Amino acid sequence: MGDRERRVVFVTVGTTCFDALVKVVDSEELKQALLQKGYTDLLIQMGRGTYKPSKLSTLQASGNSSLQVEHFTFSPSIADNIREASLVISHAGSGSIFETLRLGKPLIVVVNEDLMDNHQSELAEELAERNHLFCAHPQTLRENVEAMDLNALQPYVPGEAKPVVALINRFLGFPVD
Amino acid sequence: MMNIVTELQKDRFTPRYYVAALTDNMSLPKAQVYEKSLIHVEGDRETIIENAEFMQIYRSREVGQSYITAIATTLRAILHAMWLIIRIRPQVIFCNGPGTCIPLCASAFLLKVLGLGWSSIFYIESIARVKKLSLSGLLLYKLRMADQFFVQWPQLQQKYPRAQYAGRLM
Repeated sequence: MGDRERRVVFVTVGTTCFDALVKVVDSEELKQALLQKGYTDLLIQMGRGTYKPSKLSTLQASGNSSLQVEHFTFSPSIADNIREASLVISHAGSGSIFETLRLGKPLIVVVNEDLMDNHQSELAEELAERNHLFCAHPQTLRENVEAMDLNALQPYVPGEAKPVVALINRFLGFPVD
Repeated sequence: MMNIVTELQKDRFTPRYYVAALTDNMSLPKAQVYEKSLIHVEGDRETIIENAEFMQIYRSREVGQSYITAIATTLRAILHAMWLIIRIRPQVIFCNGPGTCIPLCASAFLLKVLGLGWSSIFYIESIARVKKLSLSGLLLYKLRMADQFFVQWPQLQQKYPRAQYAGRLM
């Protein structure tokens, strides 16, 4: 078979345990939704999760194409996984979010409702309001995938520490370069 | 925090002491990698100029720890912090929000009040804090312990007018 163009969906939960997300991503309905949108591969980084997703491919109704599924627990750096992905589905950790935005990839952030102090959702909601990513809950992920319009996303311009450092230098009486 | 450190003029802010919680095993290695990249090798004698030290501090309370035992561990954290501050006598303290910074800032502030030392304390609230401050941030803000208090979202600057907003670090 010739090389088909791969469109990889990369799912990451960082160092957390987020079984609810992994379960939803492993469901037939969500895999169908991804196939409908033209994705070909699904790569799941499951972190400390206990639920193991199946590695079986899903057949589309017409039997023509299938979603290739792989999973792993951790890796020292997910930057390459993000780079190779056409879509990233991530937990709401600020590290994962900004790493993905910095690499310019479309991102759906899924908020973990089981976390006690869920201030993390503030960041995801704010960035979603600014159209830098889509924000979802595990139960609404499928609808979000079906309804998402990647063209509506605005690129995120990364921030920098220079302005803060300039203020610090000024306060301490150093000349500001 | 490393966003700030990489931007600082190293010859102005030296030597650098990095303090992380005892149970945090990710933060110090990041700092160590960065500091290693700065090491100069001069001339034939290969003098290695190292301007950094790395330390770990007791946490006041671990996630899930009972509040009763937390009284004792908080006391231990405060004593440890006071010891570190007296030993280091920093002129500048940068902190970014974990609870570990509170005993350190409190110790430095106490020394300031007693006229026994002078540290400028700069606090940078986490970028994940958009609408509400963290507990550490709230304490430092309300008690006015920081000389400059930075937030990374404009909404927080409006809510806390003595805070400064100079954009996001990431």
